[in-house]
Amino acid sequence: MHSYFSRSLLAAAIGLAITLPAAATAADFDGSARRSVYVNPAAHAEWSQAQTRHHQSAERTGITILPIDRAKFWQGQRFDFEVEIAATDLTDVRITLNGKPIEQALGGRLTRTVHDDYTSLRIDNVSFAKTGPVTLSVSAVSPTGKYQRTVTYNVVREKAPKKAKNVILFVGDGMSMQVKQAARILSRGITEGKYDGLLAMEQMPAMGLVTTSGYDSIVTDSANSASAYNTGHKSVVNAMGVYANRTPDPLDDPKVENINEFMQRTRGMSVGMVTTSAVTDATPAAVSAHTRRRAEEPFIAADFLAEMHRPDVLLGGGARSFLPLSTPGSKRKDETNVIAAFENAGFTFAENREQMLAAPKDKPLLGLFTMSHMNVYMDREFRPNPDVTKGFNDQPNLIEMTAKALDHLSQNPNGFYLMSEGASIDKQLHTMDWQRAVYDAIEFDQAIAYARDWAKAHGDNTLIVVLADHAHGLSLTGTYHENDGKTGREGVRTYGAAGWPTFVDNNGDGFPDNPDPRVTLAFQYANFPDHYENYRFQAKPTAPAIVGENDKIIANPYRAPQGARYIEGNLPQYLETQEVHSADDIVVMAEGPGSEYFHGVMDNTEIFFGIMRALHADPKERVQ
Amino acid sequence: MSTTHNPRVHLSPVRWCFGIILLLCALFTAVPTQAAQEIRFGDMYSGASTRGLILSDRLRSLDGSEVTMSGFMAPPLSPTIRFFVLTEWPMSICPFCSSDAEWPDNIIVVELDKPVTALPFDAPIRVTGRLSLGSRVDPETGFVSLVRIHARNIDA
Repeated sequence: MHSYFSRSLLAAAIGLAITLPAAATAADFDGSARRSVYVNPAAHAEWSQAQTRHHQSAERTGITILPIDRAKFWQGQRFDFEVEIAATDLTDVRITLNGKPIEQALGGRLTRTVHDDYTSLRIDNVSFAKTGPVTLSVSAVSPTGKYQRTVTYNVVREKAPKKAKNVILFVGDGMSMQVKQAARILSRGITEGKYDGLLAMEQMPAMGLVTTSGYDSIVTDSANSASAYNTGHKSVVNAMGVYANRTPDPLDDPKVENINEFMQRTRGMSVGMVTTSAVTDATPAAVSAHTRRRAEEPFIAADFLAEMHRPDVLLGGGARSFLPLSTPGSKRKDETNVIAAFENAGFTFAENREQMLAAPKDKPLLGLFTMSHMNVYMDREFRPNPDVTKGFNDQPNLIEMTAKALDHLSQNPNGFYLMSEGASIDKQLHTMDWQRAVYDAIEFDQAIAYARDWAKAHGDNTLIVVLADHAHGLSLTGTYHENDGKTGREGVRTYGAAGWPTFVDNNGDGFPDNPDPRVTLAFQYANFPDHYENYRFQAKPTAPAIVGENDKIIANPYRAPQGARYIEGNLPQYLETQEVHSADDIVVMAEGPGSEYFHGVMDNTEIFFGIMRALHADPKERVQ
Repeated sequence: MSTTHNPRVHLSPVRWCFGIILLLCALFTAVPTQAAQEIRFGDMYSGASTRGLILSDRLRSLDGSEVTMSGFMAPPLSPTIRFFVLTEWPMSICPFCSSDAEWPDNIIVVELDKPVTALPFDAPIRVTGRLSLGSRVDPETGFVSLVRIHARNIDA
């Protein structure tokens, strides 16, 4: 990184030299003569710390420390500690916490494992008993050299002015600001430039901007971001509830305790997850699970029942990870019947909407309504299409699932934590089907509207937090219509010619009556594979691109067959068959006790701290 | 489709030649033959429940018999693999790269005697072979299958 910065500075200096008059001398480029530059002392201090950080990186020092530098912990939050040093013949290994040997400071014993080209030192299931800053230093000697690295942690415990009994976290998967806005346009309407109303989530008083990157990459995925919300720690793409160590085993990575585990352990709160995806998919899974690899869904399904993080309500799709191998539709590799295991643990099992609504609220509830992800609002409810739902014709919607979960979870006097996810906003943006995504965003907003009214009617002591987990690159360019015979790119209307789309909601259900009006939105994508585009609603969900000859990704010939225009992709041709996540910041909106925490620009791990602060989470508390 | 090293895979023109010859033979010799039963993706299940999919009576009755299905070949895990997945529609994602949950319910595993290399993923293919039902885990990849066709013939 350092050499990169040096090169950048050099490049900037050369650039400046070229643009300045010939009379300028080298002395002008030492910084002092550049009057347009303003770096105040605080910014300079941050720059200086970043330089040190880059010098002290895992790559440069040969020492990976997990949890990572600048990790923040809730007081008493349990975690596994692991250090990987890039040598196998180490002597004189010293690890200290605020100057004290780590075994003494944290309790427990360091386990040393020598791998092919590195050494791991690990202590499991420890926590910080006190709040405040922590300096952690690692040093070791090998015949080839010395290893030395220092990182800092922060341990906190805060209390919101008013304590929240319950927390509902709504995750609109992939719901970028632009998608939320499209939901507002379609659901609420706009007249003479003023919206006829705001979405329920937008009416909440607290709002902030959230950055989404994990610790491995600028672009995140749903596992990584849900992990940040649930643990307060960053992770890597495809991982949840863990830091990623170097072993290939996806189940041995150092864990961090999540809200679910902490609040069940200390307060006996109830926990629920409802989603329109498979319940084992990344966002709901991250409320409970710890794995480097989100695709370990059969493991995640069975692991839900582990007592330390067992939910009381679990609703969504994904039965294929619960059924024994011999049952048609199963994707397990063993004969474990996880549905039966839930039933043996006292759960009611609901396989459709009717059974879910009838489930008694004094028992925990597992509802699995499809084999894989649930169908989207458009195909399951708005224009029910048996050709798409394929026999799973009685799926509940997210509003009903959220309401049912609230009925159950609110039985617990200790309060509850509910995660409710609009999962297919993301899945439909991946397949470049913004209409289906926006209908799901409206369904998601109605679930929020229900929860807000529920919270007001039930003691007004519930914190509601709404946010996406990452964005997608698409933006409103204007409108599209063919009223004058122009089609394709000529039918895209910009600036004054755009006018207004003609979505109407005559029955007042919050959803436009026709997803494909004469004048629709020109909602254009920033990244895409080769595909056909006709700017119109597709009667059936259809992938934009498929794998063609020699594994080259090509436009799907079955997509937008009438009058579609071929658009050459701007993503790697042998890699991406779908639109991909963007690193754009997202918005968090909040209401209820503790919601004042959610403002300004926030790191995604701060969602966890905002929730723990609202709950007055206390490691000394014990279940009564 | 350019070339193939697998004699079991018939190119379209070849297939038509064979087809016409076979048809003529059939017409002129009038020997009764056991034709492969055509199955469509919509014929596979008679019911859907998250307690388990219900295989249709028709599919069950054809277990062990010669069947023909049209569909799309999903990109295989590796060029040397001895099976591929037949889907109703072309697959957009690399389903082996992501999780099993991405596969549709109605997929067929096509088992091969030799790997095939020159089949298109974006155009329909026709697979003929012996149908076999029941859950099985592929020992090499861990892939779980329920409905399989042991391919005797593949037309692209």
